[in-house]
Amino acid sequence: MNRFAALLDRLAYEPARNSKLRLMTEYFRSTPDPERGWALAALTGALSFPHAKPGLIRNLIAERTDPALFALSYDYVGDLSETVALMWPTPSSSHAQHDPSPLAGEGREGGREATQQSKRAHENSSLLAQAVLIPTPDRGPHRASAMGCPASPQGGGELTLTSVVETLTTLGKAQLPQQLARWLDALDETGRWALIKLVTGGLRVGASARLAKAAVAALGAGDAQDVELLWPSLTPPYVELFAWLEGNGEKPQSADPVAFRPPMLAHALEETNLAALDPADFLAEWKWDGIRVQAVAARRESGAIARLYSRTGEDISKSFPDLIDVLHLPGAIDGELLIRRDGRVQSFNVLQQRLNRKSVTAKLLADFPAHLRAYDLLADGEEDLRILPFAARRARLQDFVARLNEPRIDLSPLVEFANWEELTAARKDPAAAGAGADAAAVEGIMLKRREAPYLPGRPKGPWWKWKREPFIIDAVLMYAQRGHGKRSSYYSDYTFGVWTRGDTGDELVPVGKAYFGFTDEELIQIDRFVRRNTTERFGPVREVVHEPDQGLVLEVAFEGLQRSTRHKSGLAMRFPRISRLRWDKPPGEADRLELLEAIIARIEQGRTA
Amino acid sequence: MRPEDILALTPAGISCKCGGFHIDPTRPVARALITHAHSDHARAGHGAVLATQETLDLMRLRYGENFAGATQAIRYGESLTLDGATVTFHPAGHVLGSAQIAVEAGGLRIVASGDYKDIADPTCAPFELVRCDVFITEATFALPVFRHGDPGGEIAKLLRSVALFPERAHLVGAYSLGKAQRVIALLRAAGYASPIYLHGAMESITHYYESRGIALGELRPVRGAAKAELAGTMTLCPPSALTDLWARRFPDPVNAFASGWMRVRARARQQGVSLPLVISDHADWDGLTATVAATGAGEIWVTHGQEDALVHWCATHGLKARPLDIVGYGEEDEPDAAANDETGE
Repeated sequence: MNRFAALLDRLAYEPARNSKLRLMTEYFRSTPDPERGWALAALTGALSFPHAKPGLIRNLIAERTDPALFALSYDYVGDLSETVALMWPTPSSSHAQHDPSPLAGEGREGGREATQQSKRAHENSSLLAQAVLIPTPDRGPHRASAMGCPASPQGGGELTLTSVVETLTTLGKAQLPQQLARWLDALDETGRWALIKLVTGGLRVGASARLAKAAVAALGAGDAQDVELLWPSLTPPYVELFAWLEGNGEKPQSADPVAFRPPMLAHALEETNLAALDPADFLAEWKWDGIRVQAVAARRESGAIARLYSRTGEDISKSFPDLIDVLHLPGAIDGELLIRRDGRVQSFNVLQQRLNRKSVTAKLLADFPAHLRAYDLLADGEEDLRILPFAARRARLQDFVARLNEPRIDLSPLVEFANWEELTAARKDPAAAGAGADAAAVEGIMLKRREAPYLPGRPKGPWWKWKREPFIIDAVLMYAQRGHGKRSSYYSDYTFGVWTRGDTGDELVPVGKAYFGFTDEELIQIDRFVRRNTTERFGPVREVVHEPDQGLVLEVAFEGLQRSTRHKSGLAMRFPRISRLRWDKPPGEADRLELLEAIIARIEQGRTA
Repeated sequence: MRPEDILALTPAGISCKCGGFHIDPTRPVARALITHAHSDHARAGHGAVLATQETLDLMRLRYGENFAGATQAIRYGESLTLDGATVTFHPAGHVLGSAQIAVEAGGLRIVASGDYKDIADPTCAPFELVRCDVFITEATFALPVFRHGDPGGEIAKLLRSVALFPERAHLVGAYSLGKAQRVIALLRAAGYASPIYLHGAMESITHYYESRGIALGELRPVRGAAKAELAGTMTLCPPSALTDLWARRFPDPVNAFASGWMRVRARARQQGVSLPLVISDHADWDGLTATVAATGAGEIWVTHGQEDALVHWCATHGLKARPLDIVGYGEEDEPDAAANDETGE
């Protein structure tokens, strides 16, 4: 448990993906079965313990600490698990009594006073009676630890993650508090923090399930895609998976008929790339502004089974029963999840209103009907189509969708073009080029090579995404925050604002935050500007001068805009990034909130104007 | 005589009227007794300063030869009568030369402990417990969430990271006086034998420690070192340097920070630290409460830090306690400020 806790602790602080990978791989390499398998299960979210609730933890700490001290501590730390982990009274935290020195002891030379004592400087006291005078009810009876070593969590049989998991799966609800308390007594601060996170669910250490699987794959010859493919058929503690990766066993067989298949991804297209490409080699589709999903169905003896996966392989079937119901043909569709009302695809803003809900009510299903727009077919029945060229898969898809014959599932149409000029025109005006009323949900064009098989990952060449021109505004830099990892010495996160009419004339209102889009050279320039023009500091954040005649104008590009109650401006941007630095422009000439209002009105009308 | 007649709070800090001196005054005074050389306790410009030899030496290093009108060194355990009061200096275990100051008058003994810690530190004399009637304690980490644990475990964590990322540089933020030298000594004790690099701001103090017989192994200035040369190395620097332009000379640095504040995740994250090391030169909650109890003092005065919690604890344990609001101690909240480097935590 201590090693697993140390891993979580490091992951929680480490900002870089590659470093997180290294930390996890190193852990898996040096930890035996089944311990590492349970750790993998915890990291991939495969474990859950329904009886352990935060309220239970709260009760445990309330029984053991002074309420005033708990309140002060919780207020300071701000996180319940962490406060409890740090405050938990343990035998080993009990201090020994002090040994008062004779007042006028012989003068000691200053300088080095070597002490070999490993614990408190005045342990091994003869004044045990002292403890009796001053009881310490907030940590139970004062232990005479001067008589011996304090109990060490490492001492004796160390608590393993395996034993925690095994005990929790068999333990009744009634015994849980007592068992948890025993474990918390035996662990150190980091161990307690990790245990509480583990049992109450949600490790939140910034390592996705996908990253954990990639870290396991790095143990051996297997690549991350292999592990992803096998994953649905594996169960914790994954002994056969580790054996295979380390060359000590056969590759486990995928048994899951509705397994997730790692998706094929596209590279962004720059207009300059077009000259090198032959239009005849490609098919074009609309790029839909929804969420990428994979809809898989199979037939079993027990009946039909269907699953809907997100792009990262997360099973999201429960949120979309309306789609699951209509997946009655065995196969695997790659497509876009959209909301379609009155025969018209809605914008991403509308889709988000369904995505953000926790419970799926009848009203939600009626108001936000889910729709699947299919653009690829990975399997037809038992047959794996991924080796076929795209053009051939497309033909099979057309046939498959026709056989399904469900209004909720349709084919993403091809965009006709004879040359790049025609495609450029279509990208500029999707409504006129065939997208019609659905143009509100088009965010660009996908280019797919006719001959390309379906290759997991992001191979360069076969697929290109060519987004619509972003929206552009000129905004004023207001606040800058230091970045993380490699950027921790740079002010690299920028909050920017636009002008609006305030009570006392024009004022800037923050409308967004961006932390990419600039070059390394530009980052150094902005960083220098921030350091020289700071007007106030709030922890890692600096307020930067922003007056009509003083300050820095940033050209900000973004993909979309929606209304938001969380922001002072009432707006939230999608994918804002810094596209240019406008050193030449006085802040007074930056854009106004009215421009953003006009953009949002245009988006809401279908962006076709 | 009441304790308040011996020591009282004045705008310049704690003052002893009958002895004619101040302890760790925050403004220039005629006679100052200084507990230790951190700049929030030891300021320049006093008429006469009484302190341990190390504290005087360190003040001279930081402020120059003329930091005070006159100086007098006192040894641990030595007593001195100043007008109507007798003062004795005892080791505080905080940093090299740090002392608690016992003041006796009218049959009462008050101990002003300055900053202290009650666990072993290879770079300074161990804390000595002094029985007294009134104990003046710091409260930097006076919340039950602060338990510093074993510094050896934190050093092991740092060494594991160096082994795992041999192509990266490890920057260890540590306060220039005390913490930096303690971290180096702990690294050596853990068997780390490679040269350790130093930020320019820590060179003179670290060399002073060595001159007092504290072995720190091979130390190199980081100044002038090539970027590639710094891969796989460890450099000690003031915490503010971690986020400074200075940090850009290192290959893909891992930012570590040795401080008791690192116990709280939000604080570590806020400072952009990816490897927090809980190593403190202040007593933790258990250390504070155990010490307060063991002095036998019937009255506790609590200065700088989380006074509320410690005053509350004293009250629930039958001890009379009150906060002493001294302005100017322990201002460590602003991570950017250079002053942050001066408080010892």
